[in-house]
This record gives sequence, structure tokens and C-alpha cells, in this order.
Amino acid sequence: MIEVKDLYKSYAKGKVNALNGITFSVEDGEVFGVIGPDGAGKSSLFRILASLLLPDSGVAVMNGHDVVKDYRKVRQIIGYMPGRFSLYQDLSVEENLTFFATLFNTSIEENYHLIKDIYQQIEPFKKRRAGALSGGMKQKLALSCALIHKPEILILDEPTTGVDPVSRKEFWDMLGRLKEQGITILVSTAYMDEASRCDRIALIREGEFIASDTPQGIIDSYSGILWSVEGDRMSAMLTALRDHSAVKTSFAFGDKIHIAVADGLQAGELKQYLAKKEFSDVRIAPIKPTVEDCFMALTNE
Amino acid sequence: MKQFIAFIKKEFRHIMRDNRTLLIILGMPVVEILLFGFAINMEVQDIRVAFYDPTPDAFTTGITERVKQNSYFTYRGDMHSMDDMEESMRKGELDLAVVFQQNFQENLVHSGEAAIQLLSNSSDPNRGSIAVTYATAIIAGFQQEQTELMQIPFQIQAENRMIYNPLMKSSYMFVPGIMGLVLMIICTIMTSVSIVREKERGTMEVLLASPLKQGTMIFAKTIPYMVISFIDFVIILLLSYFILGVPVNGSLLLLFLVAILYITLTLSYGLTVSTLVDKQVNAVIFSAITAMIPVLMLSGMIFPVDNMPQALQAFSAIVPARWFIEAVRKVMIQGLGITMIWKEVLIMFGMTLFLLGVTIAKTKKRLE
Repeated sequence: MIEVKDLYKSYAKGKVNALNGITFSVEDGEVFGVIGPDGAGKSSLFRILASLLLPDSGVAVMNGHDVVKDYRKVRQIIGYMPGRFSLYQDLSVEENLTFFATLFNTSIEENYHLIKDIYQQIEPFKKRRAGALSGGMKQKLALSCALIHKPEILILDEPTTGVDPVSRKEFWDMLGRLKEQGITILVSTAYMDEASRCDRIALIREGEFIASDTPQGIIDSYSGILWSVEGDRMSAMLTALRDHSAVKTSFAFGDKIHIAVADGLQAGELKQYLAKKEFSDVRIAPIKPTVEDCFMALTNE
Repeated sequence: MKQFIAFIKKEFRHIMRDNRTLLIILGMPVVEILLFGFAINMEVQDIRVAFYDPTPDAFTTGITERVKQNSYFTYRGDMHSMDDMEESMRKGELDLAVVFQQNFQENLVHSGEAAIQLLSNSSDPNRGSIAVTYATAIIAGFQQEQTELMQIPFQIQAENRMIYNPLMKSSYMFVPGIMGLVLMIICTIMTSVSIVREKERGTMEVLLASPLKQGTMIFAKTIPYMVISFIDFVIILLLSYFILGVPVNGSLLLLFLVAILYITLTLSYGLTVSTLVDKQVNAVIFSAITAMIPVLMLSGMIFPVDNMPQALQAFSAIVPARWFIEAVRKVMIQGLGITMIWKEVLIMFGMTLFLLGVTIAKTKKRLE
């Protein structure tokens, strides 16, 4: 169980506020996602929880161990995977894993069952130097190294950044299986579409949690009317939509535009408005909000 | 303990897999010894020589002619008194003066012995000593010839007097100097860079988040470099002994102990540097400025400490290499025992303790 209360952290002698009073808790065996853009404070939060940084104020307790006072104990029970690839590039896959196993006073054999799923995929390359692995394989190796000592809590800082979509999906499947083994997982990501893989998520912005709930709960709390708009000349259309008085928010979402509209606006009306501005072949459909829509809505409040 | 060994293994792998580092570590002592031993210690030519011969005779003329004809010497005239000679030597007009005993031939024929004094200007000790060696060889050749010719055994005693630097303090100086320099570079630069690299590449973050104790890590980091520096020390010693002919007059064991103490000291300095900087390039620059340049300039390796201005002499006292070089010179060249180097040993020991203390105080348990 992770319990965090009123965590504040600033850098450069208080000039830059990284965390502005974060409070949350994570139950045993839960996958908790911290979701937000770069620079929102995710890494600062995770480093404090991994006992690598001292908070300015506030308390963080990992399975009963305070991250400031009992930092040694905390370091024994957590598996931490930093945001960027932090293994020895000039050591082979196997050497890296053996080294980290020894660091935690264990061996690959002892906890092989834990990492089997993941490690089997990179085992054919175990003689290869870590620096020569692909992004997805590097992440698998890093996760294996973070897991080799059977941690009670896994802290993963943006594990899927820079990883291809297939490997990302595989990675989340693996986290699902680890959760089944009772490991508490705290994971951060900038990809909103990964939110649904978590039991609960928190949306973080400028060092504050702006919402915290289950992914469905976050989506259910979305109160507005959401449409998707498709057509030609998308970037010009985005500007045109923003000029419309009944459109509250509009932002590009892949190859579509998501707009939140005021009550009473008809799709036909909007189509006409766009046709006048010489946008042809416009398709408008009401859609269900995603976590990203919620994040954008909360950000605009 | 297992952690410790695993860490050392890992560290050796880093070194072995980095060909450039490996080349520097093992090639540097060889290159430096050869550089200082041969390239810089160039052959001496155009030795300016003058003679003082109060009573010229067949023997003295024979020797004078031989020296004059030798291609290494440039004849600068005859002197008419000792005072004349010392005067022109002081002015730097002469490298070598040959002074014959009065009634040279008479002495030689009657008593079988005669003396020649060779005065060398040792303000450039290298040049001075080589000039004496050449002149001695010529006299010895002459003597041998005459002995065969005359069938009487006699002896010309060539007596050397080196003026302006009678103890020849900087000869053999560069071997201890290179030891001091190479060990300083390897221990300080390599250790600090290897720790700072972990910070820069982010692996320090993972290490910190593990149960590994900081002390274990730092200690384990130093072991490979200690081994390598010791190998380098032995390489330098072997090259100096067999190729340059530098003697090991004192106890080899004591020499090794002094080397180990100095290696520990420079490793501690490397650790101290690593706690002060966060980027590899800064570690290199910082080590180079604070470790390498003082070793070259202030340790007595190139410029004798005794010839420095007072202020620099005082400053050189905090350069670890100065004490190491002095201790090695005493043990290796002068053949002195532990009782004569206790001061150097104590100073180096004290410096080590101080630097380790700073390192421990500065080592962080966290990222900031």
C-alpha cells in the first residue's frame, strides 16, 4: 500500500514548483496510473516515492516504510524503472540481469518464474549488449531488472515512452500478469490511451492531481456533449471551429477533431457553418469521451 | 560481499570493453617512459670544452688533441688560470673544463698516477653528466693505448666535479615523476569519470534505488583501478630498470608499499572529484587542472622543487605527487630505508584520510 499525503517539491530554491500538494493512496495489488504531459511532475513524484529525492514537505509511506526515514527499507521492497533507459549499455543482457539480481542479494534462478514471461522474449539475445537492443527489448530488459528481486511495489516512470505500439501493448499485458501476482504497480505515462489499462488513474497537471478515479469514473464524470468532426483541411477547420460561438473546446485527436459543444447545437447547423467556410465532405458524429477528452476538459476549466 | 564482487566484475567489464580506455591505461606508461627516456633525453652534441694545462707535455697534449678531434666537442680555447675558467663557466660559455695536474707526465711516469679534473656545468644536469661521460671515455681510451705502448701499468685518475648542481638532483628524476604522473592520471581521472559516468547515464539512479550501500559501491569502484595502477607501476619499473638502466637501490618491498599508499591517495582524490562534478567532461577537466598540471609543474618531476620561488615551493607541498616522487627517489635511487621517508609517508597518509573524509561527507544517499 502506498500512502501519499500533501507532497510538495520545488527546485531551484523554490523558484520552480514541481509538486503542489499531492495526496493519494494505492491499494495492494492495484495498478495505479499517473497520467499527464511532460513536465507535469510525474518523475519528481516517482523519485520521491523511490526515496531518490527528498520532498520539501509531506509524507510518503510505502508498505509502511517512510521514504525519508526508512529509505533503506524502501529500497529493498521497491522495483524502480527510471524514465530513460538506465542499464549498462556495454554489458550484455544476461550480465545486466545477473548484476541487478546480485545487487538485491538474489539470483536469476531464484526468481526466474517472476520474469519468465518477459525475459523469455529477450533470452535469445542474452549475449547481445544492452546498447544494441531495440527500444521495446530495452524496456523488457529494464523491467526484468526491476523485477528480479521480487519487489512488493513496482514504480515505472514512463515505461512505454519511445516504444512501438505492439511492444506497448505487450508491456501492459505483462503488467496485468504481474498485478495478478499481487505486486502493487505505480506507473506513469504521457499516453492517455493507456489509461484504460489501469485500475485507477490520476490526471496530473502542473504538480497537482486534477482528477483521480477509475478510468470509467473519470469518463463518466465528463458532463459535456462531445462530437468528432472529420473532413479535409483539418488544421484550417480547427481554427474555424474555434471561432464558432457554440463550440466550447476543440482539439485535434489523431485524424479527427474532438469538439465539446453547447447544449442545443445541431449537427446540421455546424455542417452548414463549415460549408459556408468552404469545408466540404464534413462528417460529424457524437462520440463517447475518452480519458484524453476528460483531461482536455479539466485543463480548460 | 557478493554485491561487492559483482560490482568489481562489472567495473572490469566496463574497462575491458572500452578499447580506448584500455589503450590509454596500458599504453600511457610505455609511451611516457620512452618519450622521456629517449626523445626528450636527446643526444648531447657541441659540448663546449676548454683546457687548463699548467705544464704542457706529451701526455696532456695527446689527451687534449683527442678531445678536440672528437666530433661531440667544440674546442673553446685554452685557459690560463683556474679563475679564468670558472669565470667563463659561470658565464655559461663552457659545458666542460679539463684541468690537468701540474707536471702530469712526470707524475705519471714516476708514481704511475696522475689526475685530471673534469669540471662540468651541471645547471643543465643532463648535458653536464653526458659531457663528463664522453670525456672520461676518451681519457680511458688514451690510457689503455699508452699502457699497451709503454708496457708500464699506470693510471690516470679522472676526477669529476659537477658545479652549480653538485647532487645532480634532476637526473633519474623523471622516472619517479612518470610514476607519479601516470598513477595520478589513471587513479584520479579514471575513477572520477567512472563514477560520474553512472550519474550522467542514469544508472546511478537505479543503483541508488537498490539496497546497495554507497560505501560498497565506492569501494568496489576503486578496486579495478587499484589493480590497473599497480600493473602500470610495475610496467614503469620494469621499463626503467631494463631499458633506461635506472637502478633500484633500496628495498623493492618498501617501494611497492609507497606506491600502494600513493595509489590509494590518488584514488581518494578521484573519489573526491566525483562527488563535486556531475558531467564526465567536467570530471576530466577538473582532474586535469587540479591533478595533472600540478604534477607536471610543481612536483619536481621536471623543475626541481628547490629551484622554485618560495611561494610555489609552499604550494607544491599540497601536491601529492611531490611527496611520492621524493619518497620514490629516496628509496629507488638513493637506496634509503623507511626511516628516511617517514615524513613523506605520513604526509601522504594524512592526505588520504582527509580526502576520504571529504568523500564520505560529500557522498549523497539521494539524487540531490
